Amino acid sequence: MVPALDARDVCLSFGPVHALKRLTLTAEEGRITALLGPNGAGKTSFIRCCTGLARPDSGSLTLFGEAPGSPAVLARIGLMPQATGAWSGVRAGELLRYLASLYADPHPVDDLIALLGIGPFEKTPYRRLSGGQQQAVNLAGAIVGRPGLVFLDEPTAGLDPRARRLTWDVVRGLRAAGVAVLLTTHDMTEAAELADRVHIVDMGEVRVSGTASELTVDGSLEDAYLRYTTGDAR
Amino acid sequence: MSLDLTPHAAAATPASRIWSHAKMEATLILRNGEQALLAVVIPVAILLGASLFGDRLGLGLQQTAPSVLALAIWSSGLTTLAIATGFERRYNVLERLAATPLGKPGILAGKGLGIALITAGQVLVLAVIALALGWRPVWSLPALLVSILVSVLAMGAFAGIALALAGSLRPEATLALANLLYLVGMPLGVLLPADRFPGWTAHLVQGLPTGALGETLRAASNGQALGWPIAVAALWCVASLALAWKVFKWTS
Repeated sequence: MVPALDARDVCLSFGPVHALKRLTLTAEEGRITALLGPNGAGKTSFIRCCTGLARPDSGSLTLFGEAPGSPAVLARIGLMPQATGAWSGVRAGELLRYLASLYADPHPVDDLIALLGIGPFEKTPYRRLSGGQQQAVNLAGAIVGRPGLVFLDEPTAGLDPRARRLTWDVVRGLRAAGVAVLLTTHDMTEAAELADRVHIVDMGEVRVSGTASELTVDGSLEDAYLRYTTGDAR
Repeated sequence: MSLDLTPHAAAATPASRIWSHAKMEATLILRNGEQALLAVVIPVAILLGASLFGDRLGLGLQQTAPSVLALAIWSSGLTTLAIATGFERRYNVLERLAATPLGKPGILAGKGLGIALITAGQVLVLAVIALALGWRPVWSLPALLVSILVSVLAMGAFAGIALALAGSLRPEATLALANLLYLVGMPLGVLLPADRFPGWTAHLVQGLPTGALGETLRAASNGQALGWPIAVAALWCVASLALAWKVFKWTS
C-alpha cells in the first residue's frame, strides 16, 4: 500500500543553512508518526515541504503518491500550524465555517465545535482567544475537511492538562478512523503516549527512528532525545 | 467521541472556493475601521471640499469626482491589499490556507476578487454621492470601456506593488510604506492632473500608473477616450505582477 507520506533523502537549504539533510521517513494511514527534535531541527520546514510551501532541493517527497501542493493532495490534507494561522479579527465559528466551505463534504461544523468545546467562544474574535482556545480552533480547522493525512505542528504546546487530554483523544480518534497523523512535539510524554513511530530529528536529519518502546530500551524517551540531539539550534 | 473522523476528503468547486475566500477577505477588510476611513471617509471629504471650494482652486467637481474614483482604486488596490496581506503573512494565514483545496492560486484569485468587490462598492457609493453633489459626466461608450480597461490594468499594477511589499517586508514596514505611497500617489496623477506639473515632470506623472488612471477617468468624465494610458497601465501591470511573483514569500 502506498504510504500517505513518503519522504526519501529530502534536502532543503536556505542559502548556506541546511534545513533538511537527506531526511527520510514515512507516515502510514491509521498510524501516528511523531517528529521529536529541538527548535530549528527542521520539523516545520519539513511540514512546509509537505504542504507545497517549500520545494526540496533534492530527494523524493510524495503524499498519497502525488507531488506536494498538487490539487489532489491539498484536498486530502489538514494542517494545524504551530502558531496562530488565522486572521486576528475573524470569529472562531466564522473561521471554521469558512474553512468548511472549501470542501465538498466537510464535517458538520457544529459537531466539531461541540467535540472540541469551542461553543462558549464561538463568536469571539481569534485575537481575543486564549492560547488553548486558539489551539482548539486550529485543530478543528485542520480536520474539518475530513482529511486522510493531518499535520499537527506542536498541537498541545501551552495547553492545560485537561485540554491536552482532549486533544490526545481527538488524535487517537483520527488514528482509529484510519487517518495518517504526523505530529511534531517537544513533549516526550505526548510522543510516548500517542506515537506508533517516533523519529528523532536533529540538524535537519532523522537521527534515530523506532517505536517508543524500542527507543526506551536503554532509558526514557528523554534520554534518547538528549543522546541523539545536539541542542537548541535557535 | 461521537464524530465519525473517517477520511472522506473532497474539494468544493474552484468557483465556490474562490467566492468563499473573496467574501471572507472583503468581510474582514470592511470590519476594520481604519480601512473604512481610507475607503469612504477621506474620498467623501474630498468630494465635499471640491463641491464647496473646488472652483476657487481650479479643481471643480467635474474634475475632482473622477479623481476621487481613481483615489478609491488606488487606496484599495495598493494600501488595503498590502496591509491585509502583510498581516496574513505574519499570522500564518497564508501558510494555513495554502494547505487547503484553495491553494496558492485560489488565495490570489479570491484576494483579487475580494478587493475588486470592495473597490466596485466604493466606486458605486462615491459616484452616487458625486452625482448628488452635482457631478455631471458626459456619456460616451468608448470612454466608459477605456475607463474600465485602464481601471482593471491599474488595479493589477497596484496589486502587484502591494503584494511585492507585503510578501517581502515585515507587516509593520508594509503598513508604513503602503500608507506613505498612498499619500505620495495622491498628488501624482490621482487627484492632481498631469497638466498641473511643469515641463517634463508632467510626462513623468503621465508615465505612472496613478497618472494613467487619473487622466483616463478625468478624460472619460468629459466624454473623451484616451489611448496612451492603456499602454502605460498595461506595462506597469505586467512589471509589478512579475516583481511580486519574484519576491513574494508565503511565510514570514
